[in-house]
Amino acid sequence: MTPGFVVLAQETPASNEFAQMLVDGISFGAIYALLAMGFVIIFKATSVLNFAHGALTGLGAFLVAAFVTVLDFPGRYLTSLPEWAQWSANAITALLVAALFGALLERVFLRPMVGEALFAVAIVTLGVDIVVRTITNDWMGTQPRPLGAPWGLNTVDLGWVRISWSEIIQIVVTVVLLGLIVLFFRTRTGVAMRATAFDQETARAQGIRVGRVFSLAWAIGAFLAGVAGLFYSIYPRRATGVDQSTAFIAFRAFPAVIIGGLDSLLGAVVGGFAVGLAEAAANAYLKFEVLGSGFPGIVGYLMMMVVLLIRPYGLFGTPEIRRV
Amino acid sequence: MRGRPLLYTSYEADQALLNTTTKRVMLGLFFLVLISIPFQVVPGLKFLGQEDWLRLLTTAAIFVIGALGLNILTGLAGQVSLGHSFFMAIGAYVAVWLGGPEGGPLIGLGLPIWIWLPAAGIIAALVGVAVGPTAVRVRGLYLAIVTLGLVFIGEYIWRNWDSLTGGAQVGRDFPPLQVRLWKEEPPLLDFTTPSTWFGVEFSGAAKAFFLMTVFAAVSALLAKNLQRTRVGRAFMSIRDRDIAAEIMGVNEFAYKLLAFGISSFYAGIAGALLASFVTRVIPERWDLFLSVQFIAIIFIGGAGTVTGTFLGTAFVILLPRIVQNFTLWLQAVATEGEGILAAIADVFVATTPNDFGLVNTFAGVGPGLSVAQLNLVLYGLLIIGFLIFEPFGLYGIWLRIRNYWKGWPFTY
Repeated sequence: MTPGFVVLAQETPASNEFAQMLVDGISFGAIYALLAMGFVIIFKATSVLNFAHGALTGLGAFLVAAFVTVLDFPGRYLTSLPEWAQWSANAITALLVAALFGALLERVFLRPMVGEALFAVAIVTLGVDIVVRTITNDWMGTQPRPLGAPWGLNTVDLGWVRISWSEIIQIVVTVVLLGLIVLFFRTRTGVAMRATAFDQETARAQGIRVGRVFSLAWAIGAFLAGVAGLFYSIYPRRATGVDQSTAFIAFRAFPAVIIGGLDSLLGAVVGGFAVGLAEAAANAYLKFEVLGSGFPGIVGYLMMMVVLLIRPYGLFGTPEIRRV
Repeated sequence: MRGRPLLYTSYEADQALLNTTTKRVMLGLFFLVLISIPFQVVPGLKFLGQEDWLRLLTTAAIFVIGALGLNILTGLAGQVSLGHSFFMAIGAYVAVWLGGPEGGPLIGLGLPIWIWLPAAGIIAALVGVAVGPTAVRVRGLYLAIVTLGLVFIGEYIWRNWDSLTGGAQVGRDFPPLQVRLWKEEPPLLDFTTPSTWFGVEFSGAAKAFFLMTVFAAVSALLAKNLQRTRVGRAFMSIRDRDIAAEIMGVNEFAYKLLAFGISSFYAGIAGALLASFVTRVIPERWDLFLSVQFIAIIFIGGAGTVTGTFLGTAFVILLPRIVQNFTLWLQAVATEGEGILAAIADVFVATTPNDFGLVNTFAGVGPGLSVAQLNLVLYGLLIIGFLIFEPFGLYGIWLRIRNYWKGWPFTY
């Protein structure tokens, strides 16, 4: 597994290198935070450990690539708007289709498993991951599909650090999405989702359509995974585009979820940025000759094991109350 | 009818592994058929004696050993582990460290099989015991992700430890299946080349098949016995209600460590045998998909049962071959057949790059899935299907059939 991490640092003094590492870590952490958020929303609402998150990431990124380059829908009808608006409309439509797909997956494969043992459902998501990832790889082919981001490779040079427009937009979009999700949980549907997460049976008794809440949770999770996949497939991560290895970025976000705590949204965000910063630090400071290739890829898991030894339910997770 | 069937008059008779005549007869027949496979005498199963099928069955026997280990850990003790490929890799690389050729560019000590095979299991077991305390600290789903992390950490180690593994995408040769007394002496028993035993000519594949079948049978016997001992019952109590078990006096910490240790022992042995059997393995072989295959075997076959493990392994290992043959047969029907069957087959199979079909039978990129991808999709669908419809897997289906006929003509 290649690090998939491009550091924008040049020959800069140590303090600049540190600042550059911080910037890279935060922008990479944004991707992990999005993946972790989607994962935790699905877990909180449905108690399902979603091993299929990688497949949703790859699928979302692929749909964006398809909508932006080949289908150009609805961009082809919006020729009066500037190009970046067309691109954004295409990308958002693609992500909505990915969200629909997530809801469909939940309805078909996971609804029959409601009430079953949790690890059995997790294994079902493992099966779903295999199926969706294989079919997506088949559609994708072996060549990477570019996503054609309109801001291209432009960078902003602030003197002490260089940051690309792409990274700025990624961080901004992540913060905006986080804000939208926090607002969502104050709406009626959001409260219904929180109620379902808290006590499923009572929520049903109150008249909440629990099935719809499940599908919505998966739709949101798939949307966020698609956004993360989109960000992972453009400069400066993988400028070539989405290919068959895009899905594996989600496996590197699992430690972020565990570090934060499986049922804490704040923990997911904190964990995501923590893993991003740790990977950036490993990339910047640990020498290739000593540790070989791919070490930043497992830094998250090592951090996760250390955190679990201290706090077995993650930093912000609620300890499970087990009764005999 | 003389006497009452299934009347057990002693504890030993009740706890016996083969407590009914049917079980004894069927097991005997199964062994007879298994032994006769390389001789190709049983009508209808003669094709199994061909070299490629023999190698497939031998691989299945090795996977049985590994799956029995995971069955003890996940099915019996209830600890979900996705890290089985990590322990298999440890077994394989310990084996090659001890058994690999001396003096070359890669690490090796040239020791014989009776050292490296048990060592592979024992050292893998020790690593499993070292990992065990995390299973006590974290539970359930958290443990699944910790073991997932083990696989990725293992992938990183094997990819970078060139002197042991040969390096990424390159790999190295593993010690062959030969029994010697000491390092460079000629082998007493050679399971890789054809030779004559007791006057009968055996091919290398047949000998390896017998060896692995014996190993699998011994492992299955040990696993089945484990279920009816104190340790097995302790595992099951931890699986069902670990707090209650602890209250009753089952030392949760010790037994979880033991479960990880035993499971990793099986995995290490299986990894060493697998690597030696296929002779050359790249470090990328020990990836997440190998772990998922074992999880699939356990859940498709029936978690917690030894029979289920056998059924699941046969299903999962033979599935790709059967799908391939089936696709080729469909292709033949689509191209040469006539009538409605050919039309249906044509929908499923794409025979030329412009033909529509779910499955490609030609090499190259087309609208359908390749046979390898079809195998993967079927894997996933089977895992999902069995968990949704039959949580006890193939063994559960067998139980339903058996109970139906046991009670016939009554419904229950």
